[in-house]
Amino acid sequence: MYDFHYHRPKTLADAVGLLKGKDEARPMSGGMTLIPTLKQRLAKPSDVVDLGGIKELAGIKVEGNNVVIGGMTRHADVASSADVKGAIPALAYLAGHIGDPQVRNRGTIGGSIANNDPAADYPGAVVALNATVTTNTGKHTADSFFKGLFETALSDGELVTSVSFPKAEKAAYMKFPNPASRYAMVGVFVAKTAGGVRVAVTGAGPCVFRVKAMEDALAKNFSSDAIKDIKVPADGLNSDIHASAEYRAHLVNVMARRAVDAANK
Amino acid sequence: MNAPTGIGARVKRKEDQRFLTGTGRYVDDLPLARATYAHFLRSPHAHAKIKSIDTTAAKAMPGVVAIFTGKDIADAKVGGLICGWVVKDKHGQPHKAPPHPVMAVDTVRYVGDTVAMVVANSHDEAKDAAEAIKVDYEEKPANVDLAKALDKGAAEVHAAEAPGNLIYDWEIGVKADVDAAFAKAAHVTKLDIVNNRLIPNAMEPRAAAAEYDKGTGNYTLWSTSQNPHVLRLILSAFVLGIPEHKLRVVAPDVGGGFGSKIFCYNEETMVTWAASRVGRPIKWTAERSESFQTDAHGRDHVTHAELALDKDGKFLALKVETIANMGAYLSTFSTAVPTYLYATLLAGQYTTPLIYANVKAALTHTAPVDAYRGAGRPEATFVVETIVSKAAKELKMDPAELRRKNFIPSDAFPYQTPVALQYDSGNYPPIIDEAIKIADYKGFEARRAEAKSRGKLRGIGFSSYIEACGLAPSQVIGQLGGGVGQWESAQLKFNPTGNVQILTGSHSHGQGHETTFAQLVSDKLGVPMENIEVVHGDTATTPFGMGTYGSRSLAVGGSAIMKAADKVIAKGKKIAAHLMEASVADVVFENGTFKVAGTDKAVPLGQAVFAAYVPHNYPLAEIEPGMDENAFYDPANFVYPAGTQICEVEIDPDTGVVEVISHTAVDDFGNIINPMIVEGQVHGGIVQGVGQALLENAVYDKETGQLISGSYMDYTMPRASDVPSFKLGYKVTPCPHNPLGVKGCGEAGAIAAPAAVMNAVHDALAPLGVSHVPMPATPLNVWQAINGASK
Repeated sequence: MYDFHYHRPKTLADAVGLLKGKDEARPMSGGMTLIPTLKQRLAKPSDVVDLGGIKELAGIKVEGNNVVIGGMTRHADVASSADVKGAIPALAYLAGHIGDPQVRNRGTIGGSIANNDPAADYPGAVVALNATVTTNTGKHTADSFFKGLFETALSDGELVTSVSFPKAEKAAYMKFPNPASRYAMVGVFVAKTAGGVRVAVTGAGPCVFRVKAMEDALAKNFSSDAIKDIKVPADGLNSDIHASAEYRAHLVNVMARRAVDAANK
Repeated sequence: MNAPTGIGARVKRKEDQRFLTGTGRYVDDLPLARATYAHFLRSPHAHAKIKSIDTTAAKAMPGVVAIFTGKDIADAKVGGLICGWVVKDKHGQPHKAPPHPVMAVDTVRYVGDTVAMVVANSHDEAKDAAEAIKVDYEEKPANVDLAKALDKGAAEVHAAEAPGNLIYDWEIGVKADVDAAFAKAAHVTKLDIVNNRLIPNAMEPRAAAAEYDKGTGNYTLWSTSQNPHVLRLILSAFVLGIPEHKLRVVAPDVGGGFGSKIFCYNEETMVTWAASRVGRPIKWTAERSESFQTDAHGRDHVTHAELALDKDGKFLALKVETIANMGAYLSTFSTAVPTYLYATLLAGQYTTPLIYANVKAALTHTAPVDAYRGAGRPEATFVVETIVSKAAKELKMDPAELRRKNFIPSDAFPYQTPVALQYDSGNYPPIIDEAIKIADYKGFEARRAEAKSRGKLRGIGFSSYIEACGLAPSQVIGQLGGGVGQWESAQLKFNPTGNVQILTGSHSHGQGHETTFAQLVSDKLGVPMENIEVVHGDTATTPFGMGTYGSRSLAVGGSAIMKAADKVIAKGKKIAAHLMEASVADVVFENGTFKVAGTDKAVPLGQAVFAAYVPHNYPLAEIEPGMDENAFYDPANFVYPAGTQICEVEIDPDTGVVEVISHTAVDDFGNIINPMIVEGQVHGGIVQGVGQALLENAVYDKETGQLISGSYMDYTMPRASDVPSFKLGYKVTPCPHNPLGVKGCGEAGAIAAPAAVMNAVHDALAPLGVSHVPMPATPLNVWQAINGASK
């Protein structure tokens, strides 16, 4: 990797200050994407601001009808949290199936959604549960947060401080992992909350997306039969050596049905 | 009482203590004073002309010690890398041998081809400087699709030396005879298959470190080699011209090879050459992405095969046409793999009387392809065992029955096949019977029905493999064009206090020689295991030997050890006879002690050894002092392990996911020295075979020649969770021509497994009308096959 200035601030304000005015500075949460990128010399930041020392950013709280997860909370902590397991078991399940144990013990929810890798798991949960993303400057709805391939609504210097997930009446996540990387080749998160039914798909396209037709069908009848004939068009879906767009489109339906069945269990 | 340590005992591996506690010493661990670090600038293009290389800015970068380009090497008259096996084509002409420069001079021919070497005070500085080298490339069309590599108009890799990309057009068998048999056949089964390209992925990447001693003019190269003596021979005699006595090659602990570390590579050559120019030691360790791009890859065949059968299902003839990928340059043993290690195995375990095979070796703009665990024999087994199972399906015959009907009878050994090999021993029917019993073949249909009730498609697949290993009788290899002898050496060097070093010319890089070889000597000479040390991998200390590949170490290297042990006993008898004042003819050796039959006179081996080193009371007039015996063993034939694997899979028709539910392997490896180590070899081999069948695939972009599966993000390695606990069994027919009666076990799993798995996949999908799934049977490939069949 190339040389850079390393900082490990103790407060959010210091982190924001360190990033300010430096075009080539990069915040680092768990580093699970950034470190490999640096090691392959694919990025050359002037400064890396490690958010790992900011205690206020990590932790899980239940606030009324919501589970609020700090931006620097590691996947392993979400997976094992009694609060998350109690309120939204599907979210704990998702966190427990990200990457491998090493990744789960380093990677964070804030880092994952800020990076918005098309094959990341968390965006599926954020969109399906209609979570709210809180940053140092404001709040984003789930639908407005994920903009496209590796693109979010975050502006420069804006850091995810927490994600608030409404409790779900029913929810499940079904992931078809890429055989090599184990990222989501297709991941479908289905959730029934007070706000209605949502079906969010990650891994299949350039960015997480919802399947409106499935949501409508499930709102009427929350059963896998209700969506068995709803096909997602292959157009615009990812295609690579592991899965064609057509295969991904097919898997969206399979994983969605399995998620509904799991949510009904 | 101590646990048994002799032949047949499950002795825990002596070497594992250091490997598991992180105290092994690998090339990269070497502490070399004043070391510099090399980094290689590699081609980003599959095919391009190098118009110019400008290293001016790079040479001025901090920490840079030297930069070398292909031109520097050419100017220094360094030889190219060699292909050590001359295969003669069907007209008797030697194969085309395009040059293989150590670094590209004016053309790059695959992504990863070596363009420049930067030597710097640190690895990072070397990488920084490499980025500052300006190379002006003129990109050219790449030829990447093997099926089209020999077509007119395909971009030529070495236009002058190998027009049309053809390295050889080789054949074995008489085509007219085979065609005549096909004309009379009651049934012909046809098969078109691709044997997918694999990347070896040893846990330890390749590494090299070299030092030049100005005072003596001696070079030392530490390399991740499976055969340090052969590497030294190649570097000395063909490439660098450093005489063998001035070049020491050391292969210390090596973390896996699977064939990929047999060959002489660019980087170790450059590191050695440059060490004297730089005047400081140079270290290089491949990064994982370099391993993906530049380790010699394996397999990569496109094959059409046809099997002719009579009305009763007897095989009449087999016809095979294969295009084998050589990559962009001919690696060390590349030419032999798809010919003498492939087509000669096409008889399998069967009496097929007529076989014709035509193999065309083709150049492509991809990494060189060479031997990889099994080397030719997995490809042969895949052809034979797939077409046999397909024939059984077409004829609605039980696949085990069709095999049995065609097995070479147990009383027919030695058996001459129509494709050159003479199988020394074997007894195939009891193997398949045992496998069927272990796998509960009778209960399969009930399991299939039960799986169906869960929405799963269950299938079962057989693979009855043969392999020729224990490479090899030197004179046969010489007749076939091999450039080296194939014997092995051993030295038993006793110390005065009675402990012993076994020096072997073979090399352990995961196989457990330090344990198995010690067991041989412990068993034979009665020396306790803890008093035995196995020494390997250093040309300065071990006798010249051929190294480890082709499942040869025990059959050939172990036999050499036994010969040396016989010499120890013979000499010891003379010493003991002297000490006991007896006639040599009356001395027997039992349990580590020389005795005079019918008396209580006894001299332990240790006492005889001590007398040999302190020869105060010693027959000096008749024998020399010392106890240090050498032996070289050249085998009379290959050894022929054989076995049957049975795989059972379940397929999720909704997703195409294949799960291996059970996998049985019954092998005949001859006598077994350490069953635990053998099981480990079989387990690892099966996992690699399952990997080839379901997961692994080296994919180049057909247009650009970029390696798409160039990291673990896209190259699917098998994981523990991908395989069940294996069910193993053994049948033993001892090898009749080596002193241990052993065959070889290192490659068997990888040879047999792909066909077993793929036959199971096809069996599972047959009810849907699916006739062909490409290997690897990834979820995508299976889903597409199901989808294609249902359309």
